[in-house]
Amino acid sequence: MATKQILSPLPGTFYRKPAPDKPPYKSDGERIAAGEVIGLVEVMKSFNEVKADIAGKLVKFLVENEDAVMAGQPLAEIEAES
Amino acid sequence: MAIKVNVPGLATTVQDLGRPGYYHLGIPLSGAMDRFALRAANMLVGNDEGAAVLEAVFMGPELEFTSDAMVAVTGAELPPKVDGELRETWASFRVKAGQVLSFDFLKKGARAYIAISGGVDVPVVLGSRSTYALGALGGHEGRKLQAGDQLPVGAISKSVKEGLSVPAALRRGPTNIAELRVLTGLYWHRITDAAGNQFFEDVWKVALEADRIGYRFKGGKPLEFVPRTPPFGAGSDPSNIVDACYPYGSIQIPGGTEPIVLHRDAVSGGGYFMVGTIISADMDLIGQLQPHTPSKFVAVDMKTALAARRDRAAMLDKVRTALS
Repeated sequence: MATKQILSPLPGTFYRKPAPDKPPYKSDGERIAAGEVIGLVEVMKSFNEVKADIAGKLVKFLVENEDAVMAGQPLAEIEAES
Repeated sequence: MAIKVNVPGLATTVQDLGRPGYYHLGIPLSGAMDRFALRAANMLVGNDEGAAVLEAVFMGPELEFTSDAMVAVTGAELPPKVDGELRETWASFRVKAGQVLSFDFLKKGARAYIAISGGVDVPVVLGSRSTYALGALGGHEGRKLQAGDQLPVGAISKSVKEGLSVPAALRRGPTNIAELRVLTGLYWHRITDAAGNQFFEDVWKVALEADRIGYRFKGGKPLEFVPRTPPFGAGSDPSNIVDACYPYGSIQIPGGTEPIVLHRDAVSGGGYFMVGTIISADMDLIGQLQPHTPSKFVAVDMKTALAARRDRAAMLDKVRTALS
């Protein structure tokens, strides 16, 4: 089964939740559809959604909530649906 | 000829060398945040040095060409791709009609300059094609690019060879710790000697609120102010002053906590004290700083600032010689 990493498109701060008082978009082990949001990257006063480009199982997040991330840094691992 | 914007990127704007002469009326300089990179990109494709190019921050656009053109990408290491095939940065490459220019993930720096032979031919507003998005002025419809935009491109004035490149020693990229040289200013006396020393000793980090208007820095110790009775017209906060002009490159520290360096799209005046001004030779470097980059402010005198400016001009002359 192929696993694929979701990479951060931007440098900034990664958030796993849409708002501080909301639950995370996704948890480790959860099913995910192509196009679903896994988190936000904040930079230059804007919040940019990061989406899964394939459907499958979100194996695990590779960064913590509010971690500083670089462009191209892996954020999460997805096991593609066979 | 026109270029079709398939995907705009984060905040891609049309910029040239800027719109000086109107700052006293509240209209900022605008123009490329890294003007050295803009000049080099234009030289690589045979344009006038100050022709309008695209400034892409952190993330590249996807552009579809409707006729053949020479293209160069300078500034940040944002690897260009033609129909998916990688090309070099700081070098000229051909894009044929129907081909798509896209970009890989950002490797280094923050802002890439995409020059196209003929230049981006949007209307000149107050002497410049630069975008001032806050004022909805200049550029393409006064705003950052959107999907579906058609960008007009001018006539090619001089044809150049493919594969022309800027020698590696003449490309200035960010270092591990950014050192930003500062001339202290009129309001330096507002902070204590201890706070002044601390300001230069601390390692700051570029904050997420860093854009064309200003670059904010975080992580240093709050500054201690010299006690005073606020003059008429200044607020009660010790960092307030009677409203004054804000120079390009000036460093204001609202509340004494987070320094903000004003850049190309800054407001021209206000009521925060300024500890000093970043020297002109280091303003391009600021435009290449990513969020979280460790940065230090380094005190210099006027003589050093002028020498640094001459060095920058000499480096640009070397690029001109190398590419002529």
